[in-house]
Amino acid sequence: MMTPPAPKEQPVGLARAHPYIPNSAPRIREEMLAAIGVADADALYAAIPERLRFGRMLAIEPAVGSEVELRRRLETMLDRNVSARDQLSFLGGGCWPHYVPAVVDEILSRGEFLTAYYGETYSDHGKLQAFFEFASMVGDLVECDVVSQPTYDWGSAAASAILMAGRLTGRDRALVPALMAPERRSIIAGTCGARMRIEAVACDPATGAVDLAALDAALGDDVAGVYIENPAFLGMLEPDSAAIIGSAHAHGALGIVGVDATSLGVVEAPPRYGADLVCGELQGLGIHMHYGGGTIGFIASADDPRIVAEYPTFLVGAGRTVADEWGFGEVRWDRMAYVQRGEARDFTGTTQCLWAIGVAVYLALIGPDGLRELGTTIMQRSQYAAKRLGAIRGVRAPAFAAPFFKEFVIDLSGTGRSVADVNRTLAGAGIHGPLDLSRHLPALGQSALVCVTETHTQTDIDRLADGIAAAVAQER
Amino acid sequence: MDTTTRLRSFHQAAWNEPLIHEQTSLGERGYDPPTTEPGIVAAVGDGVSALPASLRRSSPPALPEVSQPAVLRHFLRLSQETLGQDINIHLGLGTCTMKYSPKVNEALVRSHKVTHLHPFQDDDTAQGMLEAIYRLERIICEISGMDRASFQPGGGSQAVYANARMIAACHAARGQADRDEIITTVFSHPCDGAGPATAGFKLVTLYPGADGLPSLDSLKAALSDRTAGLMITNPEDTGLFNPAIDRMVQLVHEAGGICHYDQANANGILGITRARDAGFDLCQFNLHKTFASPHCSMGMPVGVSAVSAELAPYLPKPTVEFDGERYFLDDDRPQSVGKVRAFHGVPATVVRSYAWVLALGAEGLREVAEIAVLNNNYLAKRLEGVPGLDVSYADTNNARRLEQIRYSWQRLHEDTGVTTLDLARRTNDFGVAQYFPSHEPWVVAEPMTLEPAESVSRADLDAYAEIIARVAQEAYDDPETVRTAPHRSAVHYLDPAPMDDPARWALTWRGWQHKHGVGA
Repeated sequence: MMTPPAPKEQPVGLARAHPYIPNSAPRIREEMLAAIGVADADALYAAIPERLRFGRMLAIEPAVGSEVELRRRLETMLDRNVSARDQLSFLGGGCWPHYVPAVVDEILSRGEFLTAYYGETYSDHGKLQAFFEFASMVGDLVECDVVSQPTYDWGSAAASAILMAGRLTGRDRALVPALMAPERRSIIAGTCGARMRIEAVACDPATGAVDLAALDAALGDDVAGVYIENPAFLGMLEPDSAAIIGSAHAHGALGIVGVDATSLGVVEAPPRYGADLVCGELQGLGIHMHYGGGTIGFIASADDPRIVAEYPTFLVGAGRTVADEWGFGEVRWDRMAYVQRGEARDFTGTTQCLWAIGVAVYLALIGPDGLRELGTTIMQRSQYAAKRLGAIRGVRAPAFAAPFFKEFVIDLSGTGRSVADVNRTLAGAGIHGPLDLSRHLPALGQSALVCVTETHTQTDIDRLADGIAAAVAQER
Repeated sequence: MDTTTRLRSFHQAAWNEPLIHEQTSLGERGYDPPTTEPGIVAAVGDGVSALPASLRRSSPPALPEVSQPAVLRHFLRLSQETLGQDINIHLGLGTCTMKYSPKVNEALVRSHKVTHLHPFQDDDTAQGMLEAIYRLERIICEISGMDRASFQPGGGSQAVYANARMIAACHAARGQADRDEIITTVFSHPCDGAGPATAGFKLVTLYPGADGLPSLDSLKAALSDRTAGLMITNPEDTGLFNPAIDRMVQLVHEAGGICHYDQANANGILGITRARDAGFDLCQFNLHKTFASPHCSMGMPVGVSAVSAELAPYLPKPTVEFDGERYFLDDDRPQSVGKVRAFHGVPATVVRSYAWVLALGAEGLREVAEIAVLNNNYLAKRLEGVPGLDVSYADTNNARRLEQIRYSWQRLHEDTGVTTLDLARRTNDFGVAQYFPSHEPWVVAEPMTLEPAESVSRADLDAYAEIIARVAQEAYDDPETVRTAPHRSAVHYLDPAPMDDPARWALTWRGWQHKHGVGA
């Protein structure tokens, strides 16, 4: 386990300067060592006892010789990936292939934003204004006066919102739908698990909606919050959202709603049907998928000082400077884990903040009319896809009788073929097939989640339908 | 030292840019989503009629209405009012390891081969990404001495939290779930307290002795059969390396605890000393700090959780495996703590950091560490004699600092009444981002924490030292100029009081309008 003693290798610096390390130039290195009065670099580490010194060079891949070689090596490696530009993709499930306008990529490539970090009111005024505008525009979508700076993802936003509900009510139980994303459920259960019990409420097998009778049976005066999603992991909307939150309120619990924010041009703002806390995912609004790294979560609420005090995230506030300019600072810094340390009951850190700027640019570009048009075209295209797929012999689509936004479940059980099987055939036709739910929610059998966005043309959808029809018709 | 020769005449871009909402011009628009083909409309109608009435949007969101060129110009102006690492000498953000993030790495991750990958696509279609993750895991294991690592945690704080979860899981498996106390130090990062606290642990915080380091006696006094483990940063934010760190680990192990090494400050020790060799069971690195991925205005980060073989079964899932021909995700890990973050974390950042390590190799990484420590000590030398400035614990501990130093302006404050926050604001007027004082609590009075990473040149160090000397001298000669700073920044002094006042704070444009009326 411990490193065996080895003859000590004595490096003496690089033979020539490395491009990333100005003071590795041998002449400068020597002059600087002389300036501080030490003989060699080894003497810089006098504070580290010999027994803790690593006695050899690291055994890692050798350095590549130049940027040319580095680029060729990495591009060759990454070229083995098959992207959603290389072939048509109908994968969703929390990370979705929406279009990113060129202006968004242009702004996010700016070195000032890309390489800023923790700078505050003065150094990073522009960054903070962009963050404030991000919160303002997300606030417009969800009709909330308080919006957090980014969380890591939807799951961490939901977990933090549920923990907030626990602290606000002094209660330790929360209810979530049984049909939610297993990964998101795992994040919530893990994050909240030390202090709260997370319990699943059964969903109607025909519609996928929360079963109101089961909800009533589960509610009690120890429930801090009821969490629902619009749209849910499986694409459906909760038709009885107002009734669900009404039941929660009747027991003194908070209504917490998670949203895929791309729906909010056409779907109602959650506070209008009773939500106390809103959270969700913003990746679809201007951020590329990035193999899942494109996620950006948020939490929002009314501007109640009791609620504000429980946010674990950064909160950027606006004010006016002595010269009557806009200026920005951190609201209630004392509430944060950076101050609370071991007394904290949740944490934040470096999250996904560059994406906040991307979302701000996207929302500024698309505006209220564009967002409504986006939602409309997505709903038309996804309904068209469901209609085409549902016409295939043996395929049930949508498998749940419920309104949906951009995703819906198809059930292939009647075809006698597995989703994996069908997806293999689709892959041969240059299509990333829909998400195989037998991996995620085995109780649904051979079902798959189809994701359709504004990027999918009628021709694309027809290709998918024709591909699935061909796959299920194949001789086994 | 002559403090006048190299100071540049500077003024930050100051656009006095209105909020985007104030630029609304009704009817303008910046982007058109695609319209639906007539064939689809003929088949399904307007689409939105499928929504139940109670869930149909009743009034449009009050988003701004702005043209495409206006949106571009607005955000470009905001970018100019931001002092990123690329355009300033960014060594003032101690603990953050601001360093050059190579542009070639950005070129790599802007490819659709990274941006347009879906986290659930078949492993066979993500071989390049999985290979990068697998290879960097091997490198992290060699650097730390650990056996396995996960890149799923979304940042250092989440990696520390994940490690606390693994400590809890390991104790549960050992039948010792009643161990519920984690020991940390006040100079460790605050997340070494908040992470385990979120995971349900009680925290015991050790304070430094006269030499700036936690004593073995204070650790012994904290140990008991409730001890779950130790979560400690080393070198701590003072820049002091704790030479008894392996003795501390040994004591905690003897008491039945598990030890986590916070390696956020690893930049000066790459290839010099390793977590596992000091006995640690887990550690974490921040790819967006030590491993040169850009800080991205506070994201997108990766916190690496690296663990010994005993802890490996508890790592977040899936892990990335290689069978000799093919890379694949392994979800079949029954003892795993599960997911701590969606999908696979931020894989683009893994690619960037892997590319950075490949550009350096073992010799290069060692050079990174040595130059970081050399730069820090050179800067300290240049700052000797600055009025009112001291190196924390210098009078009781003369050990050489590693990659950063927490300084104290206490003498200057006593002499002039000027605070470290005043001085930090004033440095802005000379073209460098305001420096980081310290995490809370301020154990060192009137703190300033500087960390000149390896990408800072000697000329940068000289220039920064001159700025510090200049603002310190001003505090004695012209304190009002310092107190009312900044004067040449993007904006002027902002009273922070409203940020703590519910009647005045405003977190959105809606909120501002509700409290302060329309417009500014």
